[in-house]
Amino acid sequence: MKLTGAQALIKSLEQEGVETIFGLPGGAILPVYDPIRESSIRHVLVRHEQGAGHMAEGYALATGKPGVAMVTSGPGATNIVTPIANAHMDSTPLVVITGQVASASIGTDAFQECDITGITMGITKHNFLITHADEIPRVVASAFYIATTGRPGPVLIDFPKDIAQSEMEWWYPESVDEYDLLGYKPEIVLDQTSIDAAVALINASERPVLYVGGGTLKSNASQQLLAFAERTKMPVVTTLMARGAFPDSHKQHLGMPGMHGTYSAVTAIQKSDLLISLGARFDDRVTGKVSAFAAGAKIIHVDIDPAEFNKVKIATVAVKSDIATALEAFDAAMAMPKNLDPWWETLHGWMEKYPLVYAPTDDPALLRPQEIIEAIAASSKPGTIVSSGVGQHQMWTSHFWKFEEPRTWINSGGAGTMGFGVPAAIGAKAAMPDRDVWCIDGDGCFQMTAQELVTATSEGFPIKVAILNNAYLGMVRQWQEMFYEERFSEVFLDADLPDYVKWAESMGAVGLRARTIEEMHDAIRQANEITDRSVVIDFRTPASEKVFPMVAAGASNDDIMVHPLQEAK
Amino acid sequence: MAPEPFLGDVDRTPVTHHILSVLVENKAGVLARIAGLFARRGFNIYSLAVAPSEGQARFSRVTIVVDAESAPLEQVVGQLNKLINVVAIDDIAPKDALERELLLATVQLDDENRGRVLGLVEVANASIVDADADSLTLMLAGTPSACDELERALEGFAQVEIHRTGRVALPRLTKTEEN
Repeated sequence: MKLTGAQALIKSLEQEGVETIFGLPGGAILPVYDPIRESSIRHVLVRHEQGAGHMAEGYALATGKPGVAMVTSGPGATNIVTPIANAHMDSTPLVVITGQVASASIGTDAFQECDITGITMGITKHNFLITHADEIPRVVASAFYIATTGRPGPVLIDFPKDIAQSEMEWWYPESVDEYDLLGYKPEIVLDQTSIDAAVALINASERPVLYVGGGTLKSNASQQLLAFAERTKMPVVTTLMARGAFPDSHKQHLGMPGMHGTYSAVTAIQKSDLLISLGARFDDRVTGKVSAFAAGAKIIHVDIDPAEFNKVKIATVAVKSDIATALEAFDAAMAMPKNLDPWWETLHGWMEKYPLVYAPTDDPALLRPQEIIEAIAASSKPGTIVSSGVGQHQMWTSHFWKFEEPRTWINSGGAGTMGFGVPAAIGAKAAMPDRDVWCIDGDGCFQMTAQELVTATSEGFPIKVAILNNAYLGMVRQWQEMFYEERFSEVFLDADLPDYVKWAESMGAVGLRARTIEEMHDAIRQANEITDRSVVIDFRTPASEKVFPMVAAGASNDDIMVHPLQEAK
Repeated sequence: MAPEPFLGDVDRTPVTHHILSVLVENKAGVLARIAGLFARRGFNIYSLAVAPSEGQARFSRVTIVVDAESAPLEQVVGQLNKLINVVAIDDIAPKDALERELLLATVQLDDENRGRVLGLVEVANASIVDADADSLTLMLAGTPSACDELERALEGFAQVEIHRTGRVALPRLTKTEEN
């Protein structure tokens, strides 16, 4: 069967089980947009290529399946660089297809040419430039294989226009052997020696902590984690990337570690004698000053990517494995720490003394951001998916939303990409149309990407957006207040500019505004009742509200600052 | 007064150098992937030699001398291994490495130095590969330290040019014992 390169690309995507592509056409990718008309794949037309990338990430984070985005060459390709970098930092499986100028024009500074494989070399797991139409099936199959196996990540396929227009004889690889990936062997053989050594450390430990990272979600290991934690009675902390991997309601859960971690989670790690890292990477936002991080602890580092071992902290025992397999192996060996009652007595003391708190406002009728998140969470159905942008609202959502299920928290961790929330929520809704999807956003983040509400409306993906509108780039403002002697510089945004209600309405969504607690409950109720359109609520919140606890940048986690309400204790 | 421009580290073999012999697929951009990885991770390359290798069209062998002080070798190897086009990495400790390098130098001759240059060629076991009335090009294929020595010896002469290839290496067949 003869196919054009464009037809072969679409057919290859169908072979890989792709159901949804987020994209925007343009000159170089034009030939591929013709066969899409006849394809089983749904194409979602975005309004900006960055939106396509973040939607694909939201789709991938909600489902565990690879997200797919397609854009044109040049500016289309560079506009999706931020989502690619974001996916690379958070190990999100993504396949991004970029149009490229015709092969003969590459290197001539042709119209809308850019070296996107060069640009994305350091922010993809791998990228391909297709040089012949016969390669298309192999490259597409390889791209999905690379994106989804081992430590997942983004893969980019650059697709010159002439190859889309040339012909090939259709074929499709039947097994990995035909992928021609001599240097990529993601299969892992569990090293029993490392398991035995890890079990010995666990058996000798008196103050262990399970430090759960995003790899636990990637490995679909929540069941194994719950079983292991409950059998061994060990305390659990979940990083920003792992929220939802272990139920927040569980009595062994201490919350999130790190710069804005709970006092109990941060201090438990500091005082532990054994830190068991499960798919975490000792990010600087978790460790603070590295030399002072868990200084008295031995470390079991479980990761599927051996390059993470000893990168930041030297592991006592490194276990190269996916998390589910390693936890099953620990269980099979009946790993069991010493009596943890004294440890739990200490932990309970911290949990009781330093729970997450927030201060009342001067006027009790006015809104506090944490209270808004709690009210939305309380009104939401189980399984509701929550996305966020980056900043104060993200930290508050991580703290005050109670995550009970994996893949219900969609956020930008490693890259810290403002504007991630709205398009990621749309991608999650596209993947999970039966779930409610909330985006808890900041006013700064919202303005970066919220034109994608047009996409949500036109494509029928109704999401709910809560803007915690404090009229500031709040996290930067917090740092300027605390570390720059209140010398506020370029952080004021104006609560009324833009008019968020009109913004929502102009994009086919319902716009609501809430300034008081009464208005808040009313707006949330309305938002939950509206299911056929997106809803945007402009919640007015005080600018002075800060995220606590906090460890100053570069400081030791021992020097955690608790909420001012708790300081006197 | 403006500070002196920073010209980088002085040109000398790092004390803690290590040799990575990396077999890569001969695909477009593979050298850029390796160089980019070293640059963005802050690993220092001391020298780099690339040529087609086993299976000719299919593979190339990249011999990288890395400064193991700039990053733990485990990190360098771990990150390199993640490049999809990297097929195999042989990490050769300096004591177990058979290292060779090629040096080419063109030196200006005059009546005064002609004898000394020819003497140097002989002592260094180099060979003369080209010559005209007032200059000659010599070649040395030898250990990196022999090339270092010759390069130092040549500093006293009016050189036109000196080029070195960077080293290639294979593991020694008889390894030195750890003690």
